[in-house]
Amino acid sequence: MSLRPVLQSDKFIVTGEVGPPKGVDMTHVIEEAKLIGGIVDGVNVTDIQAAAMRVGSLATCHLIKDVGAEPVLQMVTRDRNRLALQSDLLSAWVLGIENVLCLTGDHPTLGDHKTAKAVYDLDSVQLLKVAKGLNEGHDMMAAELEGKPDFCLGAVVSPGANPLELQIMKLEKKVEAGAEFIQTQAVYDIALFAEFMGKVSHLKVPILAGVVLLKSAGMAKYMNANVAGVTVPDELIKRMAAAGATDKAAKEAGQKGGNAVATSIAIAVELINGLRPLCRGVHLMPLGWGHHVPKILQEAGLA
Amino acid sequence: MTISEPKPLEEILEYLKGSDKVFIIGCSDCASVVKTGGEPEVTQMAKTLQEHGKTVTGTMIGEPGCHLLGLKRQLRENKEAYDAAETILVMSCGTGTQTAATAQDKPVHGANNTLYLGCVERIGHFRELCSACGQCTLEYTAGICSVTRCAKGLQNGPCGGTTADGKCEVSPDRDCAWLLIYNAMKERNALDSLRSYRPPKDAQIHPGLRPQTTAEGEKK
Repeated sequence: MSLRPVLQSDKFIVTGEVGPPKGVDMTHVIEEAKLIGGIVDGVNVTDIQAAAMRVGSLATCHLIKDVGAEPVLQMVTRDRNRLALQSDLLSAWVLGIENVLCLTGDHPTLGDHKTAKAVYDLDSVQLLKVAKGLNEGHDMMAAELEGKPDFCLGAVVSPGANPLELQIMKLEKKVEAGAEFIQTQAVYDIALFAEFMGKVSHLKVPILAGVVLLKSAGMAKYMNANVAGVTVPDELIKRMAAAGATDKAAKEAGQKGGNAVATSIAIAVELINGLRPLCRGVHLMPLGWGHHVPKILQEAGLA
Repeated sequence: MTISEPKPLEEILEYLKGSDKVFIIGCSDCASVVKTGGEPEVTQMAKTLQEHGKTVTGTMIGEPGCHLLGLKRQLRENKEAYDAAETILVMSCGTGTQTAATAQDKPVHGANNTLYLGCVERIGHFRELCSACGQCTLEYTAGICSVTRCAKGLQNGPCGGTTADGKCEVSPDRDCAWLLIYNAMKERNALDSLRSYRPPKDAQIHPGLRPQTTAEGEKK
């Protein structure tokens, strides 16, 4: 079953995310998928995230479907030309994968194979249009398919991008091209996100706000300095720094910490509660902290 | 302008191992402006090679180095020096080196790495502006090439990687091409033209399969 029924329902939607490993030990990613698969509506599997070579999204999607998760295949246009993109889409469908998130993907120079050839034969808008064409029964060259897929197609937007007008113009193209749901870059500032939602109210497409678990003050500062379109407010950085300091003191005294994790969970719950009246759902990106997702959703009243 | 850079001398000397008599060809156009194959660079190269035990039988500056018939004529004019050489060192772009390889029968060695098509901003400072894709879309992007100047070559708007100060996340030295396009379009009140979908470029126009005759010649 694809995400489509839940997108068309009144339910507040929750999607999660897992990242395949660099290597062939799938234990951890399968465990994470098992843990969250039953309590979220879909689980994104990243596609060579951050351009760091690892197991592919397609194989991982197939494996997590076997353990009960509803996979969302992330597909970037960085590494494959139009032949391979279309072929992999058809391959995904025959393996039971029904949701695809179309992205361009981080540039190779940001990853661990910096001199790799960047393909970008298509951009994300063009990939959406091509995938929609496959749904309609034809490939990019208008050749008829023997049996057609029926993907539920998604796209991304960065609500903190500047200029926002230009970002929204591209979002409009994505919706026009066939996106049925939108997942956003990480949101930490509810007021800014509310402003963004006001500017895209003309788009009749479910928007799931991105929630990335803050693991430490250092991570927040790193994102502020290095991740375009993401701004973590000082207040959240101070809370994480204080929790980290408490944990450090506890550790030195030979006591148990856990304040940073508790604060991170509390912040995620606050964000979800703040986002809930503004949009159709949230996309939780735990970045390896998937084992905390059940608690977050319970505390937010979503599980 | 074809922008090139000189290869390290050690690499060039490696190429010339076993050949003692060298004829050098420079280029009057791009490589002269870029200073990788003009008169001063060719003279300096001749001097350097001689210091390394080579005999430079002669030099000439192709006018330009990518003009096949012109190069053949110039080689005839330099017949004596050319005939005395065992091998040819070309200080030009990749096109110039190949033109020299086509124009005569002696082995050629390229002294430069060809980098890109760009403009000269000031002496020694160049900017890559064109990818020679054969399907120009500058009409739709305010004269700013998103294929070349966007790190991902995106055609339908920016990715999420525009930094707060308007740079590309790939490099702080690089402006986000889509931000430049947006600003230019906004300035001329033409933002609406960015709303239309741009289809994928035809990559089936592969180098090597492109028309070999253009302009006054008939396209095949």
